[in-house]
Amino acid sequence: MTRQMTGARMVVQALKDQGVEVVFGYPGGAVLPIYDEIFQQNDIRHILVRHEQGAIHMAEGYARSTGKVGVALVTSGPGATNAVTGLTDALLDSIPLVVLTGQVPTFMIGTDAFQEADTIGITRPCTKHNWLVKDTEKLSETIHQAFHVASHGRPGPVLIDIPKDVQFATGTYTPMEKSRVSHYQPRVKGDPEAIAAMVEMMETAERPVFYTGGGVINSGVRASALLREFVAATGFPITSTLMGLGAYPASGTAWLGMLGMHGLYEANLAMHGCDLMINIGARFDDRITGRIPDFSPKSRKVHVDIDPSSINKVIRVDVGIVGDIAHVLEEALALWKSRGSRVNQAGLAKWWAQIAEWRAVKCLTYKNSASVIKPQYALERLEVLTKGMDRYITTEVGQHQMWAAQYLGFEAPNRWMTSGGLGTMGYGLPASIGVQIAHPDSLVINVAGEASWLMNMQEMGTAMQFRAPVKQFILNNERLGMVRQWQELLHGERYSQSWSESLPDFVKLAEAFGCKGIQVTDPKDLDDAIMEMIRYDGPFIFDCRVEKHENCFPMIPSGKPHNEMLLGDADTQGVISDKGAVLV
Amino acid sequence: MSPLNIKKSASSHSAYELRDPNAPVIETHTLAVIVENEPGVLARVIGLFTARGYNIDSLTVAEVDHSSHRSRITVVTTGTPEVIVQIKAQLARMVPVYEVHDLTVEGPSVQRELALMKVAGKGEARIEALRLAEIFRAHVVDSTLESFVFEMTGTPEKIDSFAELMRPLGLREMARTGVAALSRGV
Repeated sequence: MTRQMTGARMVVQALKDQGVEVVFGYPGGAVLPIYDEIFQQNDIRHILVRHEQGAIHMAEGYARSTGKVGVALVTSGPGATNAVTGLTDALLDSIPLVVLTGQVPTFMIGTDAFQEADTIGITRPCTKHNWLVKDTEKLSETIHQAFHVASHGRPGPVLIDIPKDVQFATGTYTPMEKSRVSHYQPRVKGDPEAIAAMVEMMETAERPVFYTGGGVINSGVRASALLREFVAATGFPITSTLMGLGAYPASGTAWLGMLGMHGLYEANLAMHGCDLMINIGARFDDRITGRIPDFSPKSRKVHVDIDPSSINKVIRVDVGIVGDIAHVLEEALALWKSRGSRVNQAGLAKWWAQIAEWRAVKCLTYKNSASVIKPQYALERLEVLTKGMDRYITTEVGQHQMWAAQYLGFEAPNRWMTSGGLGTMGYGLPASIGVQIAHPDSLVINVAGEASWLMNMQEMGTAMQFRAPVKQFILNNERLGMVRQWQELLHGERYSQSWSESLPDFVKLAEAFGCKGIQVTDPKDLDDAIMEMIRYDGPFIFDCRVEKHENCFPMIPSGKPHNEMLLGDADTQGVISDKGAVLV
Repeated sequence: MSPLNIKKSASSHSAYELRDPNAPVIETHTLAVIVENEPGVLARVIGLFTARGYNIDSLTVAEVDHSSHRSRITVVTTGTPEVIVQIKAQLARMVPVYEVHDLTVEGPSVQRELALMKVAGKGEARIEALRLAEIFRAHVVDSTLESFVFEMTGTPEKIDSFAELMRPLGLREMARTGVAALSRGV
């Protein structure tokens, strides 16, 4: 079935063919023909955002919580440049997105036309791939190709730039099944010999640890199920990066908690002291490794990743397995069973005894207060009061993000949306809306800091318009908490520009948007207020006034190895060298 | 009070120190990258090198198969063995890239570059330039009473040494194509 239609209609038709239900976008001159087509149909829902950055983060939240490709539509020039932060965020966290941008007509390209920007040039380094479509005949096939590229291999954002005359012109629509098969077919099955080598190493290891990451979530729900089965079959301890939380349940017996710069003591020391590290879908990020020469010095390392360039990029490994996590885990598990594999029981028992000692340190202990709400306490209460609910959490970036990762437990994948690689303040509010649009009946909470939250607060309008009852749980310390913490530890307590002056009254702000807000300052009122937030039918802004000078621990200072982590304020005196201070 | 008995401030290295401090052996490799001949593909490849801080010593590109829209990019790059492996992996994962060949490790290869050199001079220098051009098998492709344009093909090293000889004899301008390379045999 091939049909003649305009480029604009082709866009909508191709999105329908791809099973797209929601598009996040903002109209403008160069995309008017596409918006005209959107107006004349009811299959695809359009969510009108307030700023294009919000559209991309919403699409990210949608994609991360569903496993589908997120779609955004913005206009040329400023529409496209406003999308750049979101695209970079999605690239670093491997989130599959298809972003459509309008462009000035082909005959005006290069003339500095109104709202013209070199979108392809600007977004080339922040997309997995991008296309400028100059011929309507090629438009539909390019869109199908774009969905393929975004979702296959290591997922990522792609962008299609569509000049306005290409939207108006008529061409032949090529359906998905008739499109040229893409030559982009990344390897999904792991090398059997490498998998066998991994299984053999697992049989003899005395101090093994699974180190898992966002790749497990990206690989799909099945990958998480297989991971759980593999952990159960081996009895090995497991830790995860920020991006991988939920792949293994926080209530699982083998769970060590998150690792990394603000990871748990037991997780980081297990990484440091292990003799076999099995990295599944993580990328040895600098927040994880700390000082490279001291990173897990005595272990043999296995790395499973769908992206061959991730292997040996930062840390040299003994066995690299290129493939999709679910495929590799399935093969490994099958081999484990068919060989009748046994673990090194004696070694493992000693290892668990050691881990129990580390756990006994109780690194998340903090000094609570009867008069001031401690941010950790607020999150502990949020966890207790929402546990077992159909809950999704997004976050902004900073201290609150790390505390949320430490104090909230995730039992399933796709329930935790956070900006890990890029660290984008302003991510959480729009992301929470994207999640809520995908899961209208679920409880969606954005754990925020007041400074991050203000960066994209205009999206409360979107939440109101589309009845997305997102809960904005703002831990308000009137500070850029993480910046303040680093200034305290590294810059002689000179708090340069790191406080939030002239904050709005969040309760009145909520009223101005037409939703509900509450301010809580007394720890005694916290539970009731959280319950009120959960029960409220609509968007909610929770201004939780917390301790202003709380620091986030544990912490591995920049330039330090895992075993030199700080557990509390008393540990911090003069520990960061001048060279460490240079790092971020 | 730390439960760890580890001396603090003991480290001095950067967390971003990714290279092996003991053996920074710099190697030169010639890579042949077969790509889809689509707009911007060269910018994409060059962008990868600049964004990740890799070196480009020489780069040539041209369509080599019109019917299947394939272009061949030949890159000469330098780096430690680890960096070379990374460069190849980073190139191979790009969407428009079909194949990446490391001609330096895949067996013997032929490498050629074309250069044009304008040499101006009179009298003895002019005669000497022409004599050396014959020795190097460079062709005269343009001639006036006061100048020659020599064309020569060869390895980059051969062109370098010819250029060195021409410099005192009146080398005014030079254009080089960069390296094109193919593996030997079938």
